[in-house]
Amino acid sequence: MSLISVHKLSKQYEATEVVRGLDLTIRSGECFGLLGPNGAGKTTTLKMLLGLVSPSSGEIRIGTHHIPEQARLARQTIGVMPQMDNLDPDFTVTENLRTYGRYFGLNTDVINARIPGLLELTGLTSKADSRIPTLSGGMKRRLTLARALINDPALIVLDEPTTGLDPQARHAIWSGLRRLIQQGKTILLTTHFMEEAERLCDRLAIIDHGQLIATGTPRNLIASEVEPQVTEIYGEMVAKWAEQHAGSCCDRHELSDETLYCYTHDSSGLLTILQNQTALRYLQRPSNLEDVFLKLTGRELRD
Amino acid sequence: MLGNLADPIFYMLGFGYGIGSLMPHIEGVSYLSFLSAGSLCYSTMNSASFETLYSGFSRMHVQKTWEAIMNTPLTLDDILLSELFWGATKSLLSGAAILVVIWGLGLEQDWALSLWAIPVAFLIGLTFSAMGLVMNAVSPGYEFFMYYFTLVITPMVLLGGVFFPTERMPETFQSVAACLPLTHALQLVRPLIMGHIPHDIGRHILVMAAWGASSFWLAMGLTRRRLLR
Repeated sequence: MSLISVHKLSKQYEATEVVRGLDLTIRSGECFGLLGPNGAGKTTTLKMLLGLVSPSSGEIRIGTHHIPEQARLARQTIGVMPQMDNLDPDFTVTENLRTYGRYFGLNTDVINARIPGLLELTGLTSKADSRIPTLSGGMKRRLTLARALINDPALIVLDEPTTGLDPQARHAIWSGLRRLIQQGKTILLTTHFMEEAERLCDRLAIIDHGQLIATGTPRNLIASEVEPQVTEIYGEMVAKWAEQHAGSCCDRHELSDETLYCYTHDSSGLLTILQNQTALRYLQRPSNLEDVFLKLTGRELRD
Repeated sequence: MLGNLADPIFYMLGFGYGIGSLMPHIEGVSYLSFLSAGSLCYSTMNSASFETLYSGFSRMHVQKTWEAIMNTPLTLDDILLSELFWGATKSLLSGAAILVVIWGLGLEQDWALSLWAIPVAFLIGLTFSAMGLVMNAVSPGYEFFMYYFTLVITPMVLLGGVFFPTERMPETFQSVAACLPLTHALQLVRPLIMGHIPHDIGRHILVMAAWGASSFWLAMGLTRRRLLR
């Protein structure tokens, strides 16, 4: 049963088309990742799903609600963790949660009963009465996650939940999200971290220039889009080396500055050649989602 | 809050006693008493303006509190309406505080009548909150608000009759003043402090309400365009 269905969604700002005919289906209880380079249309898509930006054309349905017409009703059962923390700096941790719960029209007893569990989930129990400016970046992020759960949402929307966090804080957010997935929540997240998407998401969509370019499970995407082995070769001489050998020993290769990426089904031939030289360093690894992402969206910098 | 109150009280006492000692009575009362009604309107206007401009802008643009609220079932229109009433509430508090000072100094002529200044303060608050929200909607940053204060608020204070009666001004100034909301606020509040029922009550309320309503309508349109694109 699909919880979210998006059909031919488009958004145009004057001459630029930010989202172009996007189709998405997100099932109840799955963790769905929306990936794409900066400016691909991820945030605009999320805002349209929440009814905060009106689509130029297309249809959105969340549960039984049509968006944007019934967005207010739909948002009653959605929790949102925005890209930038927007906690209220004048309030304590608990007061932030309590005030936010009031925006959903929840009564104070219900909110107060939920707060200890949310603080426990996000590891903030000892910070219950702290003021926001005294929290670290990771704590603020976790509190923002706790705040998104105050209405016990069926759907949780996370816009780059771990951007700017250190590895410890990132793992803390991930373990929180995993517990939510186990509870049967539906999660929609956008991220730049392929590792995050690969760890958490059941299915993903990669979008670029406002269009869907691939969708599937992380494993299927890796299997269908790229070769299983990657050998990264570094060194000043790598361009010259690539001219001589890349064509014969790689199924596919990409040269980026002083790094050559060789994609292979069987890397034994390549490794033998590399072992018999000393000018170039190399790293052998299985291919991953980042390889898929870079293949599909290119290596050029985005704004 | 303290800044919005202390400033008009200091002006009222400083000018009231200082200039007042050099002056004959105005409209049958001491200058201090005349000025006290002006100070009430001035502080009421300032409270709503500061609240919607600086504090409102912080909530909208800097702390992104509005964005957080829009992710709940509330909408931008709900938020604007809340800001409108919150600004007016701050005005009500400032107006009431000045009124207490007026009572303390015994500047009012009829205590019961002066109580009517409180609902008027709320109306002034609504009007200037709405006007402030328009500025908020178009402002790129805090610096921008100085233009509003120097080009809109200050002339309005000087023309509207806060410090001296509008009737002493050249006629052109008087006709400009007749269109401004603060002038009408004063024409309600001053008689109430001086102990008589204002003339043309309906017209004064209507002018302020018209400024308030049209500003709020404009603020909604401009803010939607700013945040909901």
